[in-house]
Amino acid sequence: MIGRAALVLALAGAALVPVAVRDYYATLMLPFFGYGIALLGLNLLFGYAGLLSFGHALFVAVGAYTAATLSSGFGLLHFELILLASALVALLAAIPVGLLCVRYVRIYFGMLTLAFGMLFYSFLYKFYNLTGGDEGIRMLRPKLLGAAFGNLDKVGFLTGPYYYYSLALLVVATAVMWRIVRSPFGLCLRAIRENPEKAECVGVSVRRYRLYAFLIAAVFGAVGGTLLAVPTGLADPLLAYWTHSGNLVFMLLLGGFANFFGPILGAFVFIFLQDQVMSLTQYWRFVFGAILALLVIFFPRGLMGFVGGRVGTGA
Amino acid sequence: MQKILNLACGSFYALGAYFGVSAVRWALGAGVPAPLFVAVLVGSGLALSVIGPLIERILRTIYGRDESLQLLLTFALVLMFEDVIRFFWGTAPQQLGGVYLVYGQVHLGSLTIPVYNLIVILAGGAVAALMGWVLARTRFGRIVRATAENREMSEALGVDIARVYARVFTLGTALGTVGGALVIPATAAMTGMGIELIVEAFAVVVIGGLGSMRGAFVGALIVGVLEAVAIATYPELEMLAVYAIVIAVLVLRPAGLLGKATA
Repeated sequence: MIGRAALVLALAGAALVPVAVRDYYATLMLPFFGYGIALLGLNLLFGYAGLLSFGHALFVAVGAYTAATLSSGFGLLHFELILLASALVALLAAIPVGLLCVRYVRIYFGMLTLAFGMLFYSFLYKFYNLTGGDEGIRMLRPKLLGAAFGNLDKVGFLTGPYYYYSLALLVVATAVMWRIVRSPFGLCLRAIRENPEKAECVGVSVRRYRLYAFLIAAVFGAVGGTLLAVPTGLADPLLAYWTHSGNLVFMLLLGGFANFFGPILGAFVFIFLQDQVMSLTQYWRFVFGAILALLVIFFPRGLMGFVGGRVGTGA
Repeated sequence: MQKILNLACGSFYALGAYFGVSAVRWALGAGVPAPLFVAVLVGSGLALSVIGPLIERILRTIYGRDESLQLLLTFALVLMFEDVIRFFWGTAPQQLGGVYLVYGQVHLGSLTIPVYNLIVILAGGAVAALMGWVLARTRFGRIVRATAENREMSEALGVDIARVYARVFTLGTALGTVGGALVIPATAAMTGMGIELIVEAFAVVVIGGLGSMRGAFVGALIVGVLEAVAIATYPELEMLAVYAIVIAVLVLRPAGLLGKATA
């Protein structure tokens, strides 16, 4: 019950942000929505299936690039179609990658996903004609539900309609993921994480389920990446760089992967902490590195580890 | 050897490079004759390897826990080292002009090769041979290999595991810092060089096989030659080709070309 009240409170708070505080903080919330969705997928992979991907930024970049290409290359501005296309492209990309990656676990899985992420990064970086190289591709302002909101300036659009659109998308994504982890499929994933041999023995097709988790995570990553591309107005190759993948895992750990809402909390805290620390010192990476090291050594269960047990996992 | 995938090794390399630049500048300023700068570089690299045991202390806290956490902890170190470098040396590339050609050049037909490059190549070969000899022939090497093979058994036979790990790690750090220092005369020390090196080193180690010295050597050759060929023929494919090989190796022989097929 406390959990539910906190959830309602958080949602109401998020809905009030654009009217209650400065526009600046509202625009900071936008990357949070994008990362929140991407991390829900990553958490399915790591928190539930026990596979740590060090190349998840690959799919974030796939989403952003698909959206940018469609909007500035093909003039497709309907955001619903763009999201759908991003998800499809990510799915198509994830099938071969996933088929290869899920054959391995633990550190080999992490390394292989990292290699794929970097493969995509060098593709984005080197094929100038196709991807714009280091300049990336511009992302045009999309139409939301068919409306262009031409009367609003950029900030007005981002903190107005786009804000609520993204928030709604995060809520939907959370609800979908909630269903997924509570379905028999989610239970199987957890069984696989705890003991793959035993799971295989009782009839769970370990590799196929891992692949499904990988595909779902890819789609969530691409949707998150699409959301990220709109406020920055750009898809650039650094989105696929391995340190970006590292940051995603950092956020996940910060929030706590043992908890369903951990990744969302992690994305939120990461973004606002980054904003604060960056305004204090240019050496924010050092601070963040130290935080991450302390987390790994002392609190591997993240912030959610403090607020009590495994509430959200439904275990 | 320790079954640690240390992302921070690239940071050691970058740190070694920056430290080397400063050391040589200081030495030249103090009146050390220019031809001795190689010794200064090696010395500074070795001196810097004192951070090895310190880092090892931090990593020791998570030995025996999930390997994913090691990956994350070393990633945290990478972030911190990047800013340490930024703090001391700023973001501008640091170059050591002047000393690169102090040994002159040799002409081989139509090719002109700086003697320094030959020195580094020879030094690389010598270090590889030395490492091979240490691991294969000395008491320390035997203990290291035994520990890598079976930690519990070695411990039961009276090996001080903590000390072996600290030494191996420090050795690895020293190789990284000296290596970083030695490339400095030929290129500049740049921010981000550590992060880039990790990716290359990662490719080398995966192709060669984790925990295989000979494998690392073969992997380095493959990556180096492949990059050179790609740059000469079709520059877009440079890193792409390397990753394609990495993925092919991981898929076909996950233990690497010369690794033991146990993974």
